[in-house]
Amino acid sequence: MKDAFGAPQSLLVLGGTSEIGLATARRLVARRTRTVWLAGRPSPALDAAAAGLRELGADVHTLAFDALDAASHETALDKVFAQGDIDMVLLAFGILGDQVRDEGSPLAAVRVAQTNYTGAVSASLICAKALQTQGHGSLVVLSSVAGERARRTNFIYGSSKAGLDAFTQGLGDALHGSGVHVMVVRPGYVRTKMTLGLPETPLATTPEAVAESIETGLRRRSEVVWVPGALRVVMSALRHVPRPIFRRLPV
Amino acid sequence: MPAATPPTPVTGWGRTAPTAARLVRPRTYEEAVAAVLAGGARGSIARGLGRAYGDAAQNAGGAVLDMTGLDRIRTIDAEAGVVVCEAGVSLHRLMEVLLPLGWFVPVTPGTRYVTVGGAIGADIHGKNHHGSGAFSRHVRELDLLTANGEVRRLKPTDDLFRATAGGMGLTGVILASELQLHPVQTSLMTVDTERATDLDDLMARLTATDHRYRYSVAWIDLLARGARTGRAVLTRGDHAPLEALPRRAQGAPLRFKAPHLPFVPSHFPPGLLTKATVRAFNELWYRKAPRHRTGELQSIAAFFHPLDGVPHWNRIYGRGGFVQYQFVVGHGQEEALRRVVRRIAHRGCPSFLAVLKRFGESDPGWLSFPRPGWTLALDIPATLPGLGGFLDELDEEVAAAGGRVYLAKDARVRPEVLVGMYPKLPEFRRLRRELDPEGVFTSDLSRRLNL
Repeated sequence: MKDAFGAPQSLLVLGGTSEIGLATARRLVARRTRTVWLAGRPSPALDAAAAGLRELGADVHTLAFDALDAASHETALDKVFAQGDIDMVLLAFGILGDQVRDEGSPLAAVRVAQTNYTGAVSASLICAKALQTQGHGSLVVLSSVAGERARRTNFIYGSSKAGLDAFTQGLGDALHGSGVHVMVVRPGYVRTKMTLGLPETPLATTPEAVAESIETGLRRRSEVVWVPGALRVVMSALRHVPRPIFRRLPV
Repeated sequence: MPAATPPTPVTGWGRTAPTAARLVRPRTYEEAVAAVLAGGARGSIARGLGRAYGDAAQNAGGAVLDMTGLDRIRTIDAEAGVVVCEAGVSLHRLMEVLLPLGWFVPVTPGTRYVTVGGAIGADIHGKNHHGSGAFSRHVRELDLLTANGEVRRLKPTDDLFRATAGGMGLTGVILASELQLHPVQTSLMTVDTERATDLDDLMARLTATDHRYRYSVAWIDLLARGARTGRAVLTRGDHAPLEALPRRAQGAPLRFKAPHLPFVPSHFPPGLLTKATVRAFNELWYRKAPRHRTGELQSIAAFFHPLDGVPHWNRIYGRGGFVQYQFVVGHGQEEALRRVVRRIAHRGCPSFLAVLKRFGESDPGWLSFPRPGWTLALDIPATLPGLGGFLDELDEEVAAAGGRVYLAKDARVRPEVLVGMYPKLPEFRRLRRELDPEGVFTSDLSRRLNL
């Protein structure tokens, strides 16, 4: 069960090698989390992530999970929920793709969309149903500022996150009053291996900062969290910039 | 069986950590039995008037039994001062009915709006704990609905009675009980008020003269620092004898009046309780209290239940809610109490409802909270950054001093720390495993703390 400050005792991370996911898990293990499930494609990286959290004193399990194989989601995730309540699900998987390459390679672009959007839709719906049966829990979904307004430089990734963001908001409304809390997290540029080599944008942040904002969001039972918080204002302004000007902005 | 509602969000009085449960409101023993047997995989828990601050009367995904439907007072023995009533009867109702007959409830907490069942389940205490003990000590017998659907009549000598007193509803559903009452001549209180300049002064005064009063409590200013750390206002008193009343009131000495102000609206603006506003309030409250005044006549409502005068006062903390932290440390652990008070004052928790009380003997309930020593209770807005970690540190201090936190107030203690605080917890768990292996009685509290 979560405590009065929204700190969960059990956590399921979908995308168990995600740097933001693991930074969040570390932060929550330092609070109340004792049981952690890391779901991802079996790999040495996943095992290493599990070992790292075990060192912090958590009871860690790994789960074979492939976002692209939506048909397998139900079996895999039901297994986790059958073993006890999950107080928080963190949907942290996603790929950035390569905008320039993917524009010329539709199948690669579709892979981005399928991972970030359809894979997340399937996993969220399954987890939401299980949380609803429990009558409690938080579903925290990593969206992105890139989904707020499509940009010339990364609209394939951006559109997948836009879909995910809209889906998650709707899911949150559907679950309102069910005891399940749904939170959308919109980080800006986060310094991780996913963004390695990309030019940094202003207001860049770190996985640890995102983790801290998630913990605060849990405490406040927020529905939307921006990281850093100033992005809310910035994006609110950018949203209203006329297209001809927006197109020319170096963002 | 009465129909259950669809899953509905439920919280405790502190309005933190809402979870959804089906609500069922049984009106008879038969309906209660049927509701428990139909509880389903996630079990049931009884709920009274929802004054437990944390998650004791919540059951995510399961059933919550609203016991206020079992609200009949069955018999009153006005000679011996004994009442038999169902578990959903509130202390407010008992006062309305019993005061005109010259009887008062044996123990009342800071609110009248608790049920008798809840009072036993949390084994509540009041300002008279130093002399009278906790609520369950005045229960002569009770009817408990257990996991197999059986109704058992328990005496205070039964193990199951002792597990049920303070057992947070986890041994079964209390259906009715027989209570020994306290005789009174009037419905007024004679109250002595005095100020204590700091924590040591306060403890000295309580130690020296508490035995002279039936009721005793101190409001403590937890924002005062330096030499004034722990300054307080003591209010102690007893039921007024008839001759203490002015002549015109002597005609109707037992009239029970409980006026109240307008309620706090559901969307009260948050953020009004800051360090600055609470500091100002505390300063005013301390200064307006007389340095020393004796024999003031106060109503029962004003003396015991000032906050009941503001319905839904818990909403002043806004949507984020609040936590109440209450702990006890034994006599001889005054240094631990001083350290905790200093830490709270140093951190500047905006807490304007803090009280210190000296407890009497321990109570027989296995998980009853009181033990001889000092108990401090304070309210803190739950959205205060870093509060979770800070309270964990206070837990360490309390546990190291052999103290404990109060389950009826708790919404956040670490399960690992709890075992050291409640030595009878293993016994309680064993009894639960025997009587209720399937978890027919389950609450968010029991899930969180593995009770």
